[in-house]
Amino acid sequence: MTIKRNDDPLIIAGETFHSRLLIGTGKFKSAKLMAEAIDASGSQMATMALRRVDLGSPDDSMMKHLDGSKYRLLPNTSGARDAVEAVRLAKMARSAGGFTWIKLEVTPDPNYMLPDPVETLEAARQLIKLGFTVLPYMNADPILARRLEDEGCATLMPLASPIGSNRGLRTGDQIAIIIEQASIPVVVDAGLGMPSHAAQSMEMGADAVLVNTAIAIADDPVQMARGFAAGVEAGRMAYLAGAGGESRLARASSPLTGFLNSGESRS
Amino acid sequence: MTSFSQFINQIDLHALARAVEKATTDDVRALLRRERLLDNDAITIFSPVAQEFMEDIAARAAALTERRFGKTIQLYAPLYLSNECSNACVYCGFSADTNIARTSLTTEQALADADLLYEEGFRHILLLTGESPGHYGVEDIRRVARALSEKFASVSIEVFPMSTQDYRKLEGVGVDSLTLYQETYNPEYYAAFHPRGPKSNYRKRIEAIEQGGKAGFRSLGIGALLGLSDWRMEAILLAWHARYLTKRFWKSRIAVSFPRVNSAESAFHPPFPVSDPHMVQMITGMRLLLPDADLVLSTREPAALRDNMVGLGITRMSAGSRTNPGGYVTKPDSKMQFSVADHRTPSEVAAMIEAKGYEPVWKDFDHAFLQDAQ
Repeated sequence: MTIKRNDDPLIIAGETFHSRLLIGTGKFKSAKLMAEAIDASGSQMATMALRRVDLGSPDDSMMKHLDGSKYRLLPNTSGARDAVEAVRLAKMARSAGGFTWIKLEVTPDPNYMLPDPVETLEAARQLIKLGFTVLPYMNADPILARRLEDEGCATLMPLASPIGSNRGLRTGDQIAIIIEQASIPVVVDAGLGMPSHAAQSMEMGADAVLVNTAIAIADDPVQMARGFAAGVEAGRMAYLAGAGGESRLARASSPLTGFLNSGESRS
Repeated sequence: MTSFSQFINQIDLHALARAVEKATTDDVRALLRRERLLDNDAITIFSPVAQEFMEDIAARAAALTERRFGKTIQLYAPLYLSNECSNACVYCGFSADTNIARTSLTTEQALADADLLYEEGFRHILLLTGESPGHYGVEDIRRVARALSEKFASVSIEVFPMSTQDYRKLEGVGVDSLTLYQETYNPEYYAAFHPRGPKSNYRKRIEAIEQGGKAGFRSLGIGALLGLSDWRMEAILLAWHARYLTKRFWKSRIAVSFPRVNSAESAFHPPFPVSDPHMVQMITGMRLLLPDADLVLSTREPAALRDNMVGLGITRMSAGSRTNPGGYVTKPDSKMQFSVADHRTPSEVAAMIEAKGYEPVWKDFDHAFLQDAQ
């Protein structure tokens, strides 16, 4: 059984998506394989690093393989060190490619590439003022989430663990708070290494997940893309089904105190 | 934070050399159990005994590189602007002691050479000069960099040491990355190989990259010219230098190059030639110590070794390089700084990378980071 896709859409900034898996397009061994993996995933949104593409060139190998008619292309500002650079890149994406949705990434440390909360908030503020739809990559900080939502961001994209680490949902407790408090979609981004991590995020109530490295560097990225799609769907189904919750104690599947309701016990 | 030169001053190099020889297989096993290597693991991983674990080290280097950089190799091309030089580096084709025709490119000539590189697909370009600011100085480099930054996604420099102020002038016109090799970290050998000229000042040389860090370059590249001194010592100090720079200039990515003197094609015969197995140990060990650094292998190396290092730690390669000013178009017969060993064209190198299951990346930066679109 699968979820009837039309019954459970993801809505971001008024736009409807039937897949809750977003794909990142870096690190693949070829642009062709990247395109095949996106197709296999059924994703309807693919991010692309503005530093990697030449929007002005019709021959750009990445742009040639990305099909904006099948899924929404979401340019990201990966590599920006501060708000000024992120805003510049977004403006370039709008003027050279007509893009108005931006995945905001401000990562001054080139090693762990963790997002700078101060500059991200500032960039979001400026970009929203300029009319962009902003999807910010952020650390799993519930207060920052509140502030980004207050500014008018379209989603919150907290990291599960550092980009490319494949370490899974290490910030789960914080993400749970963000999910509980947010009124805009929460997309768990970065660090998901296996479909089970994606499923776990969705079970918690995340609205979507974004995956790149785990698919791109798998031996068979197309198969891994399908795996993630299934993981997302499984997690979403469990969330919608209303999970029973965990308990340290064993609980009998037939109630032990059922006799109290039998009519023979004295009330 | 104190300069790395002060750190080096405090190291007893003889004791360090002894420690390298004393490393045991137990030390290597302990290192391989650690998720993140410690500073002192550099002593173990470059030790003779670590060679017994080359397969384990290589496998981990491959996995780390793939996770961090994906299945990609970034390509760049060097563009020599001038061979004027007042240094007398014993190993260098541009040494002031060699009797060669000195030449510098005009901005127009530099652009003509760069046009060919652009046509070949390059979007990352590295500008090089000798050290003779009177003949070819900051303003000359600045003019070329400004013009090239309008066309190329990334402009890097590998030129003479400068002050932070001068580096900022170049950063201001779109130069995003700085490379500066110490050549050898051993002060005695350094003195012997750099007998005259401004480069003879070891400390000034080593501190220059820190001036660049202060100027805000996004990438800081270091390296030792392999063959001048014991490679194990160079590798350890290079790794420590990289770790120091990572801590101090946390917004800059660190790049480490592995230029090896090519004995076969060079008039200079290095006193400590480095074998292929040692090159591989150095590169893969460096990856374990520096999981996030760019590791660079140029056309100094023969095709076979370069091909085999795709996927083994290396993330950036040059291709189709000419090491003489104007070598691509305008002055093909000028004197080369050194002979390259990989003579393949850029498209042949790109095809090799693809055949290895990797994507050749021509563009991985954008001028829009630095300046508003016109």
